[in-house]
This record gives sequence, structure tokens and C-alpha cells, in this order.
Amino acid sequence: MNPKTQEQAIEKATQQEYKYGFTTEIEADSAPPGLNEDIIRFISKKKNEPSFLLEWRLKCYRYWTKMAEPTWASVHYPKIDYQDIIYYSAPKKGGPKSLDEVDPEILKTFEKLGVPMQEREILAGVAVDAVMDSVSVGTTFKKKLAEMGILFCSFSDAVQEHPELVEKYMGSVVPYNDNFFAALNSAVFTDGSFCYVPKGVRCPMELSTYFRINAAKTGQFERTLLIADEGATVSYLEGCTAPMRDENQLHAAVVELVALDNAEIKYSTVQNWYPGDKDGKGGVYNFVTKRGACRGVNSKISWTQVETGSAITWKYPSCILQGDNSVGEFYSVAVANNFQQADTGTKMIHVGKNTKSTIISKGISAGHGQNTYRGMVRIQPAAENAQNYTQCDSLLMGDKCGAHTVPYIEVKNNSSKVGHEASTSKISDDQIFYCRQRGLSSEDAVNLIVNGFCKEVFRKLPMEFAVEAQKLLNVSLEGSVG
Amino acid sequence: MLEIKNLQARVEDKEILRGVDLTVKAGEVHAIMGPNGSGKSTLAHVLAGREGYEITGGQVLFEGKDLLALKPEDRARAGIFLAFQYPVEIAGVNNTYFLKAALNAVRKSKGEEELDAMDFLELVKAKLKPLKMDESMLQRSVNEGFSGGEKKKNEVLQMAVLEPKLAILDETDSGLDIDALKVVADGVNALKRKDRGFLLVTHYQRLLDYIVPDYVHVLAQGRIVKSGGKELAKELEQKGYGWIPGAEKKEAAV
Repeated sequence: MNPKTQEQAIEKATQQEYKYGFTTEIEADSAPPGLNEDIIRFISKKKNEPSFLLEWRLKCYRYWTKMAEPTWASVHYPKIDYQDIIYYSAPKKGGPKSLDEVDPEILKTFEKLGVPMQEREILAGVAVDAVMDSVSVGTTFKKKLAEMGILFCSFSDAVQEHPELVEKYMGSVVPYNDNFFAALNSAVFTDGSFCYVPKGVRCPMELSTYFRINAAKTGQFERTLLIADEGATVSYLEGCTAPMRDENQLHAAVVELVALDNAEIKYSTVQNWYPGDKDGKGGVYNFVTKRGACRGVNSKISWTQVETGSAITWKYPSCILQGDNSVGEFYSVAVANNFQQADTGTKMIHVGKNTKSTIISKGISAGHGQNTYRGMVRIQPAAENAQNYTQCDSLLMGDKCGAHTVPYIEVKNNSSKVGHEASTSKISDDQIFYCRQRGLSSEDAVNLIVNGFCKEVFRKLPMEFAVEAQKLLNVSLEGSVG
Repeated sequence: MLEIKNLQARVEDKEILRGVDLTVKAGEVHAIMGPNGSGKSTLAHVLAGREGYEITGGQVLFEGKDLLALKPEDRARAGIFLAFQYPVEIAGVNNTYFLKAALNAVRKSKGEEELDAMDFLELVKAKLKPLKMDESMLQRSVNEGFSGGEKKKNEVLQMAVLEPKLAILDETDSGLDIDALKVVADGVNALKRKDRGFLLVTHYQRLLDYIVPDYVHVLAQGRIVKSGGKELAKELEQKGYGWIPGAEKKEAAV
């Protein structure tokens, strides 16, 4: 038996083209490339923002100009020229009032992506806020949610309609001076999603945002703010894609979650930004700051992420467990294939008593991919009886990739329990042969093994996303075992 | 159904099979015995299509077709099943799911309709019963945390589900206590059929007390040096391999 056959099968699969790499021809209303105070004023004016926001943006920008790009992550990329990026690009035809007014081309794009924009998708039970480049193009089910007091809209609409909530919570979880990319986002963010679930309301459907970068040379800087008031629960999904382009595109988002007493937020991401081609050309630079604050007692924030895309991923969805008995969770699958680099993980900061956190991280490295788990568990002095459990598993495919685990544990209270387990494994020839001897192809064998490896994370995703995530994973990895 | 003609194979520079001739007809049970290092497991692996062996001569026909030209999965789909000496663990993959994927891959290749989860569950439960195996085995990950006996039982279950034409059992008795051996042997016996051939690769005669072969072959130094009926196994048990011409040198290693 020729050992090449397996390799070839795998190669065939890996070289599957990026399925989401189409561009949409829409006239865009863009700012010239570059960043200065005038651009920020332009963005703010375009969006008709109240003065507090413009001032905040300018404060962030001024602070950002004094900051240096962080270098501690295990990712390598050519220097980003921040003056060569377009910071504002809106599809030209003003903001739509209803779905009927949305440019049919845009709707077609979302249709290709499988975003359920049509009201008929009510059966799917998903309310979608779709963000293309910088502007939110339409939010489904807004009316229905409003009847329950749930506010779900684009960030821009929230600025117009609920400025008091925006002013109160924006920057309260991720301060503008938190890090280089968060500061940049705070200065230039153009849209994103906003959600407020009032006291005691359980959001009856999955809320969803779909992000897509379309215009060339455009950076995407969206901001998501999600507040679950006392006793509220909400499950939120986020999906991302970008067209294939030779140059690198920058994505620097900020997501802030706030859970008050007894509130629960589940935040799921399937990230499939263009990863670059098989030689590492092009791809999205994904520098994202995501953080949730469990402010209230018994609150819970759960992050689930499946990161298959992007040339570079720099992302650490974290939880600040302030409220007593609050719970933080992080479930992650991160893939680095070809020349992708992923440096991702979480921070669990235990402040309140009896706080609990769970971290399950599954890193998959293939091709020349480099995958780093970077995580911090910090138990503050007042966090009596805090508990953390961390499990980091790495799966290697082939012998040119790398897996790295960098856990930081800081314990300042002796009553806490902190556990860390880590494993590294390789898909073995024995496993693949075993599957093939039962009639499965090499590709199916790899998929089966990888999906088994990721199962603990996939089962945390809402049903329809779990299926999508599994398929996505199969596409991004097929043929990676040599 | 299986014709092996002058099969020669090597691993790197080491010649292991030096001209094996063997014919297995439908409904027959053949046992391959032999001292350590005689090439028994290599023969099983070469038939199943394991990579890492170089075929240097001879041919293998399965139902008249050139078996060696097929990929491992195509051999499986054509009806060749290998019960592994060391069944492999696949973490996180549900045993039922694995079996269903395997069966559906086989069915699909034959142009048959794939079974959905409900139909499959019914089928697999029906298969479990005569094997006297516990249903809990279905819920666990493939071989993960299984005892040696459970792993071998799982192999027999897979065989029952996939219904091969030719089942090759590689040292299925190794690592089994007598109770587990009986269960496994009963399972195999329950799967005997007129249109199914068996090739039992074993080091000890013990297994053949429970699965009675029609033919016994002695493989030594990469060749079949003696063939006979089931009584040959008894003789080997008493006298070892040393008396057989062609198997003398290896006797010291047994």
C-alpha cells in the first residue's frame, strides 16, 4: 500500500478553497485611508453622535497615539501601517428602515452566507443583526423583542435611541486604555451590536450577529455591548467571514458583557475570517478584546468560541467574577492550519466569594500552523473558596506545526482550589488505519477524530451552530495529516 | 474467495513474507499459527492494507479481484474485516456513532441507502444480543478506557455490524482471560456462515478449542511450511514447532 495515497487524500481536502470568498459589488461611502482627529470627527459626524461620544473617541485616540503595539503574543506579522487603513466604509444607500429597504445585493450576500435575514426564518428562532464593513444593515425581530422590553439593535441605533445605557456601560468592562487594540477600537469603532435584556426577562430566542468585511483595505472595528439585567438570561451568537484578498485586513473588535444579579449570558462565536491562502498570503488579522463582568451575585457568563479563520488570532475572552457565587466559563476550539497563527485563551479573575470558573481549550495545529493557549487564572485575596478547573488539550497534525501552552496562575487566597490539566496528542497512523479498515476514507477518519477531540466544546454550542462549526472545522482541516 | 499466491513483503530492508500461498473458500475457517516473528501479523496487516509494508512479489485475489490494488477503505467496503490485536482508542468519538459511520460508508459504496440514527440503533441492539454484550458499550468512546476483554468484544461487535465476507482475527485471544475468551469465541461462532470465511491468526492453540478451524497452517520464516486439519493444532501444542521442516531455527525463540 502506497503511503502517499493518504497524504494525497489529505492534500486534496486541505486545498479546498475558502468557500466564503466572494465580494459584493456595492457602492461604498468611504473615508480616505489614514487616521487622525479629523477622521474620527468624520466618523462621529457621519453617525450623528452625541458629543459625549465624540469626546470619548478623541480621548481614546489621543491615548492610543502614545501606546505601543503589544509584542508579548506568539504571533509574527509585518508591521501594520495604521495610516493605510480605511476606517469608515458604509454601503452607500443610507440606513435602511426595514428589511425591504436593504440593498438586494447585500441581502444576496447574506443569503450566500446563510444568514437568516428573512422574517420567514422566524422558525429558526434566530434574530440577526448583520454588520457588513462598518454599518449594521438590518436587524430582524426587533419589534418582537421590543414587546418583551429587549433592546436588540445596531450599536449606532443604540447611541441614538438609548444613549444613557451606552454612556453608562460602554468602556465599563474594557476601559479605553486597556490595551492598544481596544484603544484603537474605542477611537474608531463604526458599528456593532447592542443588546439589553431587562430585569427578569429570559430572551426567548438566540440573538445573533453576523459580521462580514467586504470593502478592500477596510478595517473592521465593531463594538458589541450586551447587558443582562437582574435575573435576565440571553444566548448570543456571532459569526464572521471575509472575502479572499491578497492583502491583510485588520479586524479589531471590542465586546463587553455585563451580567447583573442572577443574570446569565451565553456568548458563542464561530469565527471564519479569511485565513489566507495555503502559502500564508493574505488573511485577516484578528485582534479582539472580549470581556465579561459578572457584576451581580449568582451571575454567569459563558464564552464558547470556534476559531477556524484569520491569519492571526489574538483573542482572550475573559470573565471578571465580581459577584459572590458567580460563574465564568470558557470553551474554545482554535485551529491553526497552513500558516495561521492563533494566540488565544482567557482570563478568569476571581474577586467575589465562592466564584467558579471552568476553562476547556482545544487547540488544533496543522500544516505550518502555530497555536498558543495563553490563559490567566487569578484568585484575588477576597475570593474565599474560589474554584477553577482548566483543561488544555492540543492536537498536532503533521510535523511542521506547533502547539504551545502558557498558563498563568496567581493565587492570593489559600481557601481556593485551582486545577490545571494539559495534554498534547497527535493523530496517529494507527487511528487512521483503524478507521479506514472499517470503511471510512482518510478524510472522514480525520474529521471523526478531530470532532471527537472537540466534542466537549461543540456540545456547548447551540444546536444549529454546532453542526455549522463541525462542518467548518472539517473544511479547514481536511487533509492535514501527512 | 481469497487466493494468496506467492506473496512476498518486507518492511524497510527486512524480508518478512517470503512466498505465502493460501486459499480460503467461503464458509471455511483457517487458522494461521507459527512462532513469534514468523510473519503472522504481517500477513493480516498486508491483507488489510496497512501502510509501511512493501509488496515485493506475488498477488492476492479477493473474489477474483486484485486486492493489493485497493485502498484499505475499499478493501473494507469489499468485505474484508480485520479484528485488531490492539484495537485503537479514539477519544470523544461515541462507539455507536463510529459504527454507524463505518456501516454507512460500506452501505454507500454498495449503493445502498444509509441508515439513520434510529434504524441503526435498532440494528446494533439486535446485534448485541446474541453476543451477550452490554449495551453500555455503545455509549462509550471507541475503545477508550476499555479493558483488554472489552476491546476484543468491541471488535466482534463491529464485525457483527459490518457483516464482512472475510474476517481476519489477529491474535484475538491475546490478553484475554478464559471467561472473556469464551465470550469472544461464542461471538465469533455465532457469526459463522456459509458465505463467510475466517482467517484466525494465533500464537496459541487455546483459541482453537473454542473456535474450531477447518484448516491449520504453520507459518514460519515467511512461508507456510505445513498445513493440516484441526488435529495439527493439538500436535503443535504438544510438540512445538521445531519438528516441522522449515520451522526449526525459530524454535529457540518460542
